[in-house]
Amino acid sequence: MTKKIATREAYGKVLVDLGKQNEDIVVLDADLSKSTKTSSFGKEFPNRFFNMGISEQNLMGTAAGLAASGKIPFASTFAMFATGRAFEIIRNSICYPKLNVKVCATHAGITVGEDGASHQALEDIACMRAIPNMTVINPADAISAEALIYAASEYKGPVYIRLGRAKVPVIYNKEDYEFEIGKGIEVKEGQDVTIIATGIMVDKALKAREDLLKEGISARVIDIHTIKPIDKDIIIKATKETKAIVTVEEHNILGGLGSAVAEVVVENSPVPMKMIGINDTFGESGKPDQLLEKYGLTPENIFNKVKELLNKLK
Amino acid sequence: MSSKFQDLKDIAVQVRKDIISMTTAAGSGHPGGSLSAVEILTALYFEKMNIDPKKPDWEGRDKFILSKGHAAPVLYSVLARRGFFTPDKLINLRKMGAMLQGHPDMKGTPGVEMSTGSLGQGFSASVGMALASKLDNRKNRIYVLLGDGEINEGIVWEAAMAAAHYKLDNLTAFLDYNGLQIDGPNEEVMNIKPVDEKWRSFGWNVLEIDGHDFEAIFNAINKAEETKEKPTIIIAKTVKGKGVSFMENQVGWHGTAPTEEEMEQALKELGGEL
Repeated sequence: MTKKIATREAYGKVLVDLGKQNEDIVVLDADLSKSTKTSSFGKEFPNRFFNMGISEQNLMGTAAGLAASGKIPFASTFAMFATGRAFEIIRNSICYPKLNVKVCATHAGITVGEDGASHQALEDIACMRAIPNMTVINPADAISAEALIYAASEYKGPVYIRLGRAKVPVIYNKEDYEFEIGKGIEVKEGQDVTIIATGIMVDKALKAREDLLKEGISARVIDIHTIKPIDKDIIIKATKETKAIVTVEEHNILGGLGSAVAEVVVENSPVPMKMIGINDTFGESGKPDQLLEKYGLTPENIFNKVKELLNKLK
Repeated sequence: MSSKFQDLKDIAVQVRKDIISMTTAAGSGHPGGSLSAVEILTALYFEKMNIDPKKPDWEGRDKFILSKGHAAPVLYSVLARRGFFTPDKLINLRKMGAMLQGHPDMKGTPGVEMSTGSLGQGFSASVGMALASKLDNRKNRIYVLLGDGEINEGIVWEAAMAAAHYKLDNLTAFLDYNGLQIDGPNEEVMNIKPVDEKWRSFGWNVLEIDGHDFEAIFNAINKAEETKEKPTIIIAKTVKGKGVSFMENQVGWHGTAPTEEEMEQALKELGGEL
């Protein structure tokens, strides 16, 4: 059986390691350090860990001030509050002056589960990618999360890293892949259609691919872990080498991965597309798997949508 | 006969003239709340702060953050007169392609420590800067100026709570308490009284002064420096539009630029001891 690790677990682990390597790394949290996993850094480096209390706006503003003084702040809370409540501080105090703050938000998407709609950020990618100077990263598993958080720590400038609560399958071997900010990964090759997925939907896309293969459909699977800046080349290549594109994201279909891919496709090399995601609605309470099922974020739905799209082309 | 602080008073006159000329040339901007903060910024930049205009990024420098970013004209004038850039840049305030943006831009203007304009955020950033100095055992001091209307913002109180929690005695805030905000007097728009008790109850050392009196400003800054384990706020009672008779205490001059005639009258009033 595949190992399952939440991407937030990877974050907590990497932070401690980064803290050992670089004295300038500081971590801020808003009273959620046990959930965001920053508490392990806090234990190891109490002087460089700042609990700001339940105040997400000041969390981001203080992080900006630390960055303006040469520190590399990692600011964490739930994705909902980081990108929603503190949006304008991220825009004006972090991104406008291009300060070196890493907004590492956990509990993104519908897989927050039981906490329900108020805590399920489904528009965070859209919000963050609309801000100039912001880099937006959404890792697929613990291995890529680890690698991309290291990469983000070395990059100078604001980065939004979207992390999840739920345990998700590990899909990458550390040795086999390179994770570079802004470079998509062709996880599996294919000639008929391309499934472009982000975050924990990459695993679902890979499962859909296997089912499609059984029906003689060869689907390429691309992991867009960096939604901004997006890897145009890998997308344009897919439009030339396969007939259609299906995007999959645990996010509102408005403004997220699907939109970002469509922006590249329509301007460069239009092909038929289908976007799978949350269809402009709020979430609800439930177990993560039940919710993924209800909102169509499953290998079965990806399989069906790919076939529908290909059937239209016949 | 020259009085105590005559040099600083002369600079303050020049800064007020700059504010009037700049906003007139720009055709927009915020003269009222710039004029009320002239003595505070003059005292900091020309006397108190350890800074080097030739090395604006020098690590050991004291920092000033204009959290009420709309008062950019007073900051720009003081920076120019202190030598961070040449005063001829002032006249291009708010013009397309010019260095001096409508609100402070730390990436574009030497000496600007934080990009501000959206209220409350500069204060929050100043907390981060004070934390960083503590972390690095730096002896520099962080100064921040807030408007009285600005403290309506929730982030101000989040940051105030955090500054006291982390015992940021290297942080000194000024409240430019001119009593007026865009829509009218504080009391009518959103009552902020009792201001002193609010800050005291948030764990701050609170001092109250006349914000146009240099001696009072320096005494307060010195007391703030001596205060340990607590951040200090200096509540500076000021006059919006200070120094120009037809602007003083007039809410309409919050965000309106003078006409050419008004500029001439204002400059005449500000006079020529220079």
